[in-house]
Amino acid sequence: MSAPVLAVEKLEVSLPAGADRARAVENVSFSVNAGEVRCLVGESGSGKSIIAQTVMGLLPRNLKTTAGHVLLNGENLLQAGPERLRRLRGEKLAMIFQEPMTALNPIMRCGAQIDELLAQHTSMAPAQRRARVLQMLEHVRLPDPARIHAAYPHQLSGGQRQRIMIAMALILKPALLIADEPTTALDVTTQAEILGLIRDLQREHGTAVLFITHDFGVVADIADDVSVLCLGDLVESGSARDVLGSPRHPYTRMLLQAVPELVSRKPATSSDAPVAMRTRRVNKVFVTGGWLGGRREVVAAQDVDLEVRRAETLGIVGESGSGKSTLARILARLIDPSSGDIELDGAPVARLRGAPARAFRRKVQVVFQDPYRSLNPRRTVGAAIVEGPLNFGAAREEAWRRAQELMQLVRLPAHALQRYPHEFSGGQRQRICIARALAVQPEVLIADEAVSALDVSVQAQILELLDEIQQRLRLTIVFITHDLRVAARICNRIVVMQHGRIVEQGPVAQVFEQPREVYTRALINAAPGKGFAFGRTA
Amino acid sequence: MLRFLAARLLATIPVLLVVAVFVFLLLRLTPGDPAAVIAGDNATGEQIEQIRESLGLNEPLITQFGIWIGNVLRGDLGESFFFRMSVTELIGQRLEPTLALALCTIVLAVAIAVPLGVLAAWRHGGWLDRALMGFSTLGFSIPVFVLGYLLIWLVSLELGWLPVQGYRRLSEGAGPFIRHLILPSLTLSVIYIALIARVTRASVSEALTEDYVRTARAKGLPEWRVLTRHALANAAVPIVTVIGIGLALLIGGVVVTESVYAIPGLGRLTVDAVLARDFPTIQGVILLFSVFYVLINLAIDLAYLALDPRIRY
Repeated sequence: MSAPVLAVEKLEVSLPAGADRARAVENVSFSVNAGEVRCLVGESGSGKSIIAQTVMGLLPRNLKTTAGHVLLNGENLLQAGPERLRRLRGEKLAMIFQEPMTALNPIMRCGAQIDELLAQHTSMAPAQRRARVLQMLEHVRLPDPARIHAAYPHQLSGGQRQRIMIAMALILKPALLIADEPTTALDVTTQAEILGLIRDLQREHGTAVLFITHDFGVVADIADDVSVLCLGDLVESGSARDVLGSPRHPYTRMLLQAVPELVSRKPATSSDAPVAMRTRRVNKVFVTGGWLGGRREVVAAQDVDLEVRRAETLGIVGESGSGKSTLARILARLIDPSSGDIELDGAPVARLRGAPARAFRRKVQVVFQDPYRSLNPRRTVGAAIVEGPLNFGAAREEAWRRAQELMQLVRLPAHALQRYPHEFSGGQRQRICIARALAVQPEVLIADEAVSALDVSVQAQILELLDEIQQRLRLTIVFITHDLRVAARICNRIVVMQHGRIVEQGPVAQVFEQPREVYTRALINAAPGKGFAFGRTA
Repeated sequence: MLRFLAARLLATIPVLLVVAVFVFLLLRLTPGDPAAVIAGDNATGEQIEQIRESLGLNEPLITQFGIWIGNVLRGDLGESFFFRMSVTELIGQRLEPTLALALCTIVLAVAIAVPLGVLAAWRHGGWLDRALMGFSTLGFSIPVFVLGYLLIWLVSLELGWLPVQGYRRLSEGAGPFIRHLILPSLTLSVIYIALIARVTRASVSEALTEDYVRTARAKGLPEWRVLTRHALANAAVPIVTVIGIGLALLIGGVVVTESVYAIPGLGRLTVDAVLARDFPTIQGVILLFSVFYVLINLAIDLAYLALDPRIRY
């Protein structure tokens, strides 16, 4: 076997004083061979991005490598000067990132952004460069390369932008491609296409790929080798088959078990259960533009008819732009529908104003996606939780007593009430958000991508918590998610949305096992790691 | 785009009309009689009355306004009470020194402040950054006339490098023209250097934390190109906004500087006209200033279009 393209040996990166641990990564060794994909897996804070930045020579100035070697084709990058590193970046080392929108310069045409690499690292003439860029755009399967060449990033879709990033990364045929969560921000169907593209190009050029991800589904789809990181330690390394099939380290086993199976777990709701919420022909049209013209209409929801039965979990799944979040907001009456009716317990609620609208708010509560931004950073957790009950006329002692009960329910210590949101981790904050929503004793809980921002192990805990709360309180849950695994894990019934319309709905087992619509089938087929039975290993 | 331009230009008409009415009324409502000023201290009441009549000041206000606005629409700003010549001609004479001073100042300020701001953002917290922040605090707090006299004393009197005061027209040769402009521009630009450098630093600092800067570095671009083409270009909108505001404020800021350096510009003219209750001149100058403001604002809005393709009007 030939020498590896990248060899990381006993790498150690120290964190600045006052961080939660002394070293970002410690004693990390792995290698990536030409034509192979090594996945670096870990949850947030595991140090996987630090390793990528070290290899690129782009570590923030307050972090220092304190031991080890990073060898690229035998050359130690940790000893290379800044000018040498700059030359290697782009030529031999390339990187693609998580957010293709923010990773591209918004005010530069896509073609020009790719051209910069050629202008910097080659002596090609402008006309030659343009021809090469157009060729590359075609190579990453972008339609109409000439138009894309002249387009700005905001004029393209997320998937197209990531293709631009890939074209940029691979145009100089680098020896090593570092992909840092390149598909995390994309829809499943787009994700499947981008993963396919990376795999194809990598095989074609024999590129070594260091692929960073938190998603075991993606690992199952793309990895040759896997390294698992836990808080800066490399706990397990091996071939994808070995690590996924027979993990040795307890942490790896825990991570794999936390990945929800793509198989329905919950029974369908019985059809005689009372209907908690119902919509009839709900439409939502957003109008933008002003009196100077440029008026545009966007249909976000169209003829939406759905029912949620008491004490069931209804999943609304779909890709970005499918209208699922708009629908969640309409159900919670955070925005008004353009037309159509909504009923809660048989009473119309779509056009409530004033006092009746306030009574409705008490019955329907929302938990949002980002637990970091949905709590007021300047108020204690307790103040956030009792605010709702106090608004609805509860006595102060009663509200605080109830807040303490809720802390028990979401399994946080009672003294958490006196602390501020920034003192808690993402998972703990989402527990706080759930407690806040439950404080007014709602009948319906709307969870809008409530576990999407969380690590898989934390996600599993929150899903379990929601299950338990539902059983204890006989709560009706509307669960909006783009993640089919999560939907399969928690929902009784599923509604599939596309372009603002419901394309299919039914009991979870039926939708997953016998999907009727082409779109549903495409979604299920695109789910990463479909061929791999997670949650059953170990 | 063309629609936007047309709408914006049309919108300036009511703005200018409001300005015209306001200036006209405000001048007539403030105490002070131009006829008395022109007649001098020893004039009799009869003489003052005669002057008042000859200036048309005893007509009803509405008639006076009608005559004035009618003339303005024909491009005639009237005749100065005090300087005894047409206001249009008067402004024409005084325009060059003020424009030269303003342009010189803003060019100097931008040329110094933007690179300084970028460097300070790049080495956030370094010595240059701290020095710049110290300088900008100083620049904000030192009064223009103090700085002006200080520079005259040091550069002109002690070192003898540049002329003390005065102005030379461009037609008298580029050398003297520039030599006479250096000190006034420098004096006036200090506060704008402080302002623009601060905004540049803040804006570029923010841009440097963006993902596309990381991408640019990952492409192996040299650092100066990352700073200019990627960070500064994306940070440009707030910088251009503050430059535009600076340019608009400059028109007012030239008054003190023109007095300190004895430059016969619009600032001096305004002061003289106000002291003499010279209504037509004040009205003409203020109308001209408001046209400037409107045009500068329009230019800023158009600059946004060029700087950020996501902005559409």
